[in-house]
Amino acid sequence: MEIAVCVKRVPAPGGTVTLSEDEKSLDARNLGFTIGPHEECAIEEATRLAGIHGGRVTVLTVGPDEALEQLRAAMSFGADRGVHVRTEDGELGPVATATALAVAIRDTEWDGGGPDLVLLGNEAPDSADYQVGIRLAHVLDLPCLTGLKSLQVDDAAITGRREAAGGWDVFAAPRPAVVTVREGLNTPRYPSLPGRLRAKKRPVQTRTAVPDPVDAQLIRLRVVQIPRTQAELLATGPDLAGELADLLETWGVLA
Amino acid sequence: MILCWVEPGPSGWEETTRGCLTMARGLAGRLGARLVAFTVGAQPDPVGLDELGRLGVEHVHVCAPDDPAYLPAAWGRWLAEAAGSGRACAVLVPGTDRGHEVLAHAAVRLGVAMVANVTEIGLDESGQPRRITRARWAGSVLEESVLPAGPTLASTAPHAVVATEVAVAGTPTVRVHPGAVDPADARVRLVEHIPPASTGVSLATARVVVGGGRGVGDPEGFVVLEQLASLLGGALGVSRAVTSAGWRPHTEQVGQTGTKIAPDLYIACGISGAIQHMAGCRSAKRILAINTDPAAPILAQASHAVVADVHQVVPALVEEITRRRANGGPDRPR
Ligand SMILES: Cc1cc2nc3c(=O)[nH]c(=O)nc-3n(C[C@H](O)[C@H](O)[C@H](O)COP(=O)(O)OP(=O)(O)OC[C@H]3O[C@@H](n4cnc5c(N)ncnc54)[C@H](O)[C@@H]3O)c2cc1C
Ligand SMILES: Nc1ncnc2c1ncn2[C@@H]1O[C@H](COP(=O)(O)O)[C@@H](O)[C@H]1O
Repeated sequence: MEIAVCVKRVPAPGGTVTLSEDEKSLDARNLGFTIGPHEECAIEEATRLAGIHGGRVTVLTVGPDEALEQLRAAMSFGADRGVHVRTEDGELGPVATATALAVAIRDTEWDGGGPDLVLLGNEAPDSADYQVGIRLAHVLDLPCLTGLKSLQVDDAAITGRREAAGGWDVFAAPRPAVVTVREGLNTPRYPSLPGRLRAKKRPVQTRTAVPDPVDAQLIRLRVVQIPRTQAELLATGPDLAGELADLLETWGVLA
Repeated sequence: MILCWVEPGPSGWEETTRGCLTMARGLAGRLGARLVAFTVGAQPDPVGLDELGRLGVEHVHVCAPDDPAYLPAAWGRWLAEAAGSGRACAVLVPGTDRGHEVLAHAAVRLGVAMVANVTEIGLDESGQPRRITRARWAGSVLEESVLPAGPTLASTAPHAVVATEVAVAGTPTVRVHPGAVDPADARVRLVEHIPPASTGVSLATARVVVGGGRGVGDPEGFVVLEQLASLLGGALGVSRAVTSAGWRPHTEQVGQTGTKIAPDLYIACGISGAIQHMAGCRSAKRILAINTDPAAPILAQASHAVVADVHQVVPALVEEITRRRANGGPDRPR
């Protein structure tokens, strides 16, 4: 089985966020970069399915030179090869990203002519556009299942479920298909040292992407000022528990 | 016109839909445009129709296919057709799973951009609603952008707009249109709905949530947190550090990629307060943080804090509540 997984390089902010001088991106000086949780699950699921059905996992990313780091990370989790679609001048919008991914998938060699399954996150952790998977599916003329937290793949069909009003909606589509997933689908393993060493030697193909005039044009970012409540500090004396229980009572949550 | 896809909830229209219609009505007012609701399946019943009227809807476009079951690509196509035939300058949907899915399919059909998590729509120089403000990074950053061409396709973030109703409501007119299914749009099918399991307190709706993070130390540390949660009739929530370590299941995770909670009280134990975690608990009325580090970011967002070891505070509190209940104190469960 041929499986493609699309991952995005995103900053991983901690407690506070600051912006770059031009206000067009996060200040990256003190930030680490990562692959979002949904996409980590997509990689885990891809390697799990390749383990069961046999086959190959190809990971794709559209991003700056540094995004190679995330491709290598994905390969250390078990992906067999990578495609890096390079961008200049900042982040591409979702239309350009979906097009770049579709072109890269079309131009890649696959046993059987194309991937059996293309996995993405349901939404990117930073931009949360909620659309790259659906747009990609349309360009490739494949069905698209979205937001799945469980997935079964057999020879002809793909089935999976998405949370709906506290319960589940179960969706099905014929194979091949594009599927967007959410964290909770599985528990990703940490990469092993041999995995990380192997990842360095796996092949990466490089291409370039271009912006699309249909995408929105960024003017600037603004940090949301979260009202600082400045917590009322409770004394940690010997009767702290009594004080806390009194508070819970005043708040009406003890009854 | 401004076209708005509306989604039914357990009673009446779903809350994000009501907020979305409120934003759409504001925009329609500024543009002197009509507000039209779009729905697939049966006509809204008289109660639902009245509610749409109170939210400012003047006309309802009902698409009535032979089979009303949810078909994402087909619904998107029908929404796009309604937008095209009515020359909509904006199409708004509530930022729910179905809202996002239907709108993305519609955007492909219309060949335009789609913007998600929109908090504000302004007018550009030509008076078109193409100046967008939207939330990024789970609401910690706002992005301002302009769309190059119309119509504007946008989803509204939950809680971004508080729903309001109009003073003098009319009853919307209704028109039913047929909906034909293109076979390519029927490849993805909704085959079954599994209703919620009705056991225990649900994390999403609990009045009290006791949260545990990496500071709880190990899986055994959660036993006493569960005791506290159950004494308070609440649910246990955890941070991603805890689910990634395999200490607790992902269904208990609170945050950007977990469950969003809005309890009266959130007791956050050994949780640092990363923005991705806070994205899931920002709607809590009160946050009581228990943390050994006085500089932990959560202390700047909590209403109350105890700078102390969770392993001392929580067992002592459980003991105190148990003792009061045994003594038949005023907090005895009713
Ligand atoms: C795209 C993305 C999405 C994410 N989504 C989520 C999400 O949905 N939910 C989520 O939670 N995280 C999410 N995260 C992860 C998030 O960034 C943090 O890494 C995570 O929330 C940290 O968990 P924590 O607070 O338990 O751990 P830490 O940050 O390690 O904090 C532990 C805290 O415990 C305190 N502590 C230690 N010992 C004690 C003690 N004995 N008593 C009291 N306090 C003690 C420490 O002072 C510290 O403040 C996401 C990250 C990314 C990049
Ligand atoms: N630059 C990118 N490179 C590779 N995959 C991406 C990129 N941007 C988005 N994706 C994929 O598309 C999913 C949804 O993104 P979005 O529609 O932007 O919210 C993400 O979770 C990724 O799997």
